[in-house]
Amino acid sequence: MLGFEDFFRELAAEHPRWNFIYFYDEKQAGRILAGLWMTVKLSVACVLLSVVIGVVGAWLQGTSNRLLKAVVQGYIQFFRNTPPLVQLLFFYFALGQFTPTYSPDGWLQTPIISNVGWAIISLSFFAGAFNVEIFRAGIEAVPESTREASESLGMTRTQTYTEVVFPLALRVSIPALNNNLVNLVKTTTQAYAIAVPELLYESVSVWNDFPSAQNPVMLLLFVVYILLVGVLVLGMNRWERRMRIPGYGQ
Amino acid sequence: MTDPALTDPALTDPALTDRATAWTPDQPIVAIKDVHKSFGDLEVLKGVSLEVRKGEVVCIIGPSGSGKSTLIRCINALTDIQGGSITVEGQEVHAKNLDKLALRKKVGMVFQQYNLFPHKTALQNVMMAPIKVLKEDRSEVEGRARALLRKVRLEGKEDSYPGELSGGQQQRVAIARSLAMRPDIMLFDEVTAALDPETVKEVLVTIKDLAREGMTCILVTHEMGFAREIADHIYFTDRGVIVEHGPPATFFDQASDPRTREFLSQIL
Repeated sequence: MLGFEDFFRELAAEHPRWNFIYFYDEKQAGRILAGLWMTVKLSVACVLLSVVIGVVGAWLQGTSNRLLKAVVQGYIQFFRNTPPLVQLLFFYFALGQFTPTYSPDGWLQTPIISNVGWAIISLSFFAGAFNVEIFRAGIEAVPESTREASESLGMTRTQTYTEVVFPLALRVSIPALNNNLVNLVKTTTQAYAIAVPELLYESVSVWNDFPSAQNPVMLLLFVVYILLVGVLVLGMNRWERRMRIPGYGQ
Repeated sequence: MTDPALTDPALTDPALTDRATAWTPDQPIVAIKDVHKSFGDLEVLKGVSLEVRKGEVVCIIGPSGSGKSTLIRCINALTDIQGGSITVEGQEVHAKNLDKLALRKKVGMVFQQYNLFPHKTALQNVMMAPIKVLKEDRSEVEGRARALLRKVRLEGKEDSYPGELSGGQQQRVAIARSLAMRPDIMLFDEVTAALDPETVKEVLVTIKDLAREGMTCILVTHEMGFAREIADHIYFTDRGVIVEHGPPATFFDQASDPRTREFLSQIL
């Protein structure tokens, strides 16, 4: 039969701007898949780390230590009010110079934090700044009286936070968190600037080698990101539904 | 040479030492002496004193803004005071080295707005503090929690969330939640004020049961009929002072202060 691959080979021959190279060239398909895998890893790592930063930051903001509060506030202002691409370049090129190196083969020096490492750190801190604000708003939405009830039962401040305030705040925070994490997944494309071999980086490499494949690769980029973000949103919505409390906040 | 322990004010000052062991049941279980409390420039309590004995039911009544709720909140250290002293079983509540945990094990509190944990079922609400605070065994706590919910007539509602219960039911869960900590004293802060008239009764019946079993209760309430029926002693507050107090029969029928009489005439 005229196979799937042959169809796209012929399409490319007839229409030189529509070379769906990733459907018949195993090597190019491999590059795209490797890029996709890197994007998925980058996204998962950044989502998890940024949520941890958000939770810890919001908790620190609730303490009575003024210095800690000021540090968290400064962090938020810096990361929220500067472009993530600039942050990424700053982390990699400015801070990257000062990180220690090691030599796995005895010849070359390799920095202990790779470009992938810097991308995870930089993007997590970027999204984490927003997450702190999101969780803080959620915590403030928990009535003072609920906290008092917990404390009057003898619960310590930490117990009140982990058992009562945080579980309630989290539920309030999920919709806003959802938005920010969607943004974060899309922002991972900026790691392209420090040569992290994620999906955009690999896609551009493919169309640089095969200019005829530019349109199909761009098309693929849109489709893949829509699916990727779709999976995230689906997961978050499912989580939100599972966390819903009967008779509360509806 | 004198023993330094005898001259150290930290060890001899009764306000600073733990006198809980010295307390005996014939002394007042709660003693409030000349308590002053201000919020900014607003003086809410201007030298309030009252005493509650073990097993007594005391009702505090008075117009809105007279400091009733503030006073009751001072007893379990939810609000701090600027002057005077409050002791619970001989222990000074507003000492700097107060063991809040020990205090709150002794004093249960029920609020006007129930303040249940909305993400926990009725049963989980009742079980939480004994497990987390008293570190008691889960299965033993569960048995007790189920019994308490039966006691407040909420059998069958164990797995309902607060949002699925009526106001009166929520308030009874809140009472059971406080009782699960096996307190010596229960504070009720206008617990029926947010309820509709039909459900007020079911909460009051629950409190009456408690009082009958000998629980020491301090209630801030607007339910005059209930206060009259249940209280051993009634305190009337107005503008931060206790205007008048006495056993209900005397208080309601022979009030001497014009402010009390005016208040009662408006309410009764």
